Amino acid sequence: MKKDLLGIADLSDDEIYRVLDTAEAMREIGERPIKKVPTLRGKTIVNLFYEPSTRTRTSFEIAEKRLSADTLNIAVASSSVLKGETLADTAMTLEAMAPDMIVVRHASSGACHLMARICRSRIINAGDGMHEHPTQALLDAFTIRQHKQRVDGLKIAIVGDLLHSRVLRSNVLLLTRLGADVWVSGPPTLIPPGIERIGVRASTAVDEVVAGADVIMMLRIQQERMQGAYFPSLREYFNVFGMTVERVKRAKPDVIIMHPGPMNRGVEIASEVADGPYSVILEQVANGVAVRMAVLYLLAGGVEEGAHAEAAA
Amino acid sequence: MPKRLLRGARVVDPAGGRDGMFDVLIDDGRIARVGHNLEAEADVAVVEMPDGLVICPGLIDMHVHLREPGQEHKETVATGTAAAVAGGFTAVACMPNTSPVNDNAEVTGYILKKAADANLARVYPIGAASRGQRGEHLADIAELRQAGCVAISDDGRPVATALLMRRALEYAGMFGMPVIEHCEEQTLKGDGVAHEGFHASTLGLRGIPGEAESIMALRDIALAGLAGGAVHIAHMSARQTLDAVRYGKERGLRVTCEVTPHHAVLTDEMLGAPIPYDTNVKMNPPLREAADRDAMLQGLGDGTIDAIATDHAPHHYDEKHVEFDHAPFGITGLETAVSLCFDRLVHRGVVSLPRLVQLLAVNPARILGVPGGSLAEGAPADITILAPDLPVTVSAAAMRSKSRNTPFLGWKLRGGVAATLVAGRAVYVNGDGPLRLSL
Amino acid sequence: MDADRIGRSLARIAHEILERNRGVEELALVGIRTRGVPLARRLAASIRDITHHDVPTGALDITLYRDDLMRHAVGTQPVVRSTDIPFSIDDRRILLVDDVLYTGRTVRAALDALIEFGRPRAIQLVVLVDRGHRELPIKADYVGKNLPTSMSQSVQVHLTEIDGRDEVEIE
Repeated sequence: MKKDLLGIADLSDDEIYRVLDTAEAMREIGERPIKKVPTLRGKTIVNLFYEPSTRTRTSFEIAEKRLSADTLNIAVASSSVLKGETLADTAMTLEAMAPDMIVVRHASSGACHLMARICRSRIINAGDGMHEHPTQALLDAFTIRQHKQRVDGLKIAIVGDLLHSRVLRSNVLLLTRLGADVWVSGPPTLIPPGIERIGVRASTAVDEVVAGADVIMMLRIQQERMQGAYFPSLREYFNVFGMTVERVKRAKPDVIIMHPGPMNRGVEIASEVADGPYSVILEQVANGVAVRMAVLYLLAGGVEEGAHAEAAA
Repeated sequence: MPKRLLRGARVVDPAGGRDGMFDVLIDDGRIARVGHNLEAEADVAVVEMPDGLVICPGLIDMHVHLREPGQEHKETVATGTAAAVAGGFTAVACMPNTSPVNDNAEVTGYILKKAADANLARVYPIGAASRGQRGEHLADIAELRQAGCVAISDDGRPVATALLMRRALEYAGMFGMPVIEHCEEQTLKGDGVAHEGFHASTLGLRGIPGEAESIMALRDIALAGLAGGAVHIAHMSARQTLDAVRYGKERGLRVTCEVTPHHAVLTDEMLGAPIPYDTNVKMNPPLREAADRDAMLQGLGDGTIDAIATDHAPHHYDEKHVEFDHAPFGITGLETAVSLCFDRLVHRGVVSLPRLVQLLAVNPARILGVPGGSLAEGAPADITILAPDLPVTVSAAAMRSKSRNTPFLGWKLRGGVAATLVAGRAVYVNGDGPLRLSL
Repeated sequence: MDADRIGRSLARIAHEILERNRGVEELALVGIRTRGVPLARRLAASIRDITHHDVPTGALDITLYRDDLMRHAVGTQPVVRSTDIPFSIDDRRILLVDDVLYTGRTVRAALDALIEFGRPRAIQLVVLVDRGHRELPIKADYVGKNLPTSMSQSVQVHLTEIDGRDEVEIE
């Protein structure tokens, strides 16, 4: 495997399957009385989170602890970043303390690439700006595989704020790689230019996108990333694009509803759908730990020849 | 100052109608004679020109940022003019977005004094169009003119309102000064950092559409018609803007435009590779799609584009060594321009060498209304000696600029500068080139 | 060792297990992946034939407990397979089953893993082949065959369930 996991592009097809298969084994550890294995004992992992996160941070932390690693959480509000320390300086400071891995979440696309160039430590992208959130896509694929036994050939509908979503980009890359038929939908103001070039179908007609879908993935309206006039109001958004019980009926009868969380109930998804029988949203959370354990384990192995060259330069 | 006879090189002087083998005699800092088989008197230093070199009027970069006063950590007039002559430029026009802004005679005079102290390239300051470049009131344009400014601009931003742009065109037109405009509709630009397109989408970077530039260009061209003034469109990048320029020129409006070498060579593909999120690929206007780059090539070839200017924008390493979103816009350009123009334009048949000299010397001089752009007898001996086939590897170590923020490091190009003369003095001689000249 | 010998060894081991352990109800078999698992199942089948009692059987993957995991600078991680022990091991006599006993490190890892699942009354070790060269103080309780080998040789056990044939090869 490459030194870092910065995006889905860093994984070969083989490695993707390896992550999903290993996650299967890791899931079982969570069912034991003692949910721990000694595999990463003595390894130090830093969770460097520039953006607030309950779900992802906790998930990584549990995964790290289950593998017996020593974990360290750095949340921006309490760090020297507020004193004006640049990301590069933070990276160099951490690098001097030589953690084995750094899990990074940051508000700027490409922040992890910058860290990976500076640090010898393995960098795992836990979400960089609008770019990618690779472990989310992996756990989404894992969840789909659990329910449908495969990913290829499935019709997968992704609906929501596509433009600002890193979950979208990672999922689109991963799901098309695994052979799914991916459709995306949202207001025209939120469809990223050129997205069809990645191999998905884009349409503002949500009903068409959802028709006959095996999987519906809802994306959050990212209010914190939005500045200009993408749609008139949340109410209008829900009326036109919201996932309601009626809309779900257009999908296959065994459809599964997914959401990376946190949800805006009544905006992108109706409460009845979020809590309904087709929803696998909470399973996604549980699977997140197993998938992240798999990623940590696989990344902790040896490194390809030459992968350190950039970091050393 | 020595008398010098440059013997036996190709002289490309489109303004003087010359393209052929000529001898050039320099005396007292001026071009004394250009002719065939010139005799050398006893006190004349004869330079037998090595094969393959080209003598042309000194190149003029009409869009650079010298950063002084106020941002001397990025560049100073001294280091900037050193970079200029190393890049083959005998003169540069510098933008007013310094700190303080060049909107008064004191700052203009300061810049000119620094240029005189450095005594390398000539510096023609461009004054602010509005006070403080704040877009509210006209700057004291007559005072700026008096102090030595050759044009006005609020570069970094467009002139804030149509009304103010109209007034600037009318008023500056009184002195024959063009308004140099950074065309960018600010609300469409928003907080964009890269060209709105496939690459920005996949990398999760906020986009700036080409129309943000062309809309403002259309505004300014229409205003040039209304006000009767001259507008020069800076650093054009979008094919829609080129269309707007054609529209204006067809109607006989006084519009000129420039393109940077990087907008004629690179595309937004560089955002992702070879170095993903390389901040040395972040500039404003951004690198655009292949169709835009190709339109620029087309415009250079068919004459729609008047000038090539680098928009040399030095930034300190620390400032660029941050997340892409936070990095300042801009790359250097003085020391890579000539090689890029040879390698990607002349050698690929996009423009001929005489046309290149028009783009880099004749037209900039004409647009700014400054002397230069020709080797007429009696003109100051501002001369660039080019080496069209010199192999060049772009190297940080060799650069004279204080800053190294360029995506071209390591590029192997064919074509470079052999020497640069200002008023007959050899202010730069390329140690890797074939020519040896004493100062 | 050919298929016939393997069969007879396993049959003999099944009887030995029953001889040495008083109550068959307390027993449980745990095979170490990969080839310990079909061996464990075969033993369970033999014991069922003899006693008409189903001994609970599980599979244990010890990859995550190996002591050589993070020591290689280059190369990918070994594949992790699932562990499946669908019964409580508390107070049971666990028969840990593997195909080849060599340095003893695999068994050490298996013991570490097993302890996390509970507190068995006892753990006994069953191996098809003991090839010597122990690096840890580990001893098998039941051995199919002792095969003295040199360090340069390798011992490959093939089982029908995985390899399509029963054979023990020495190279």
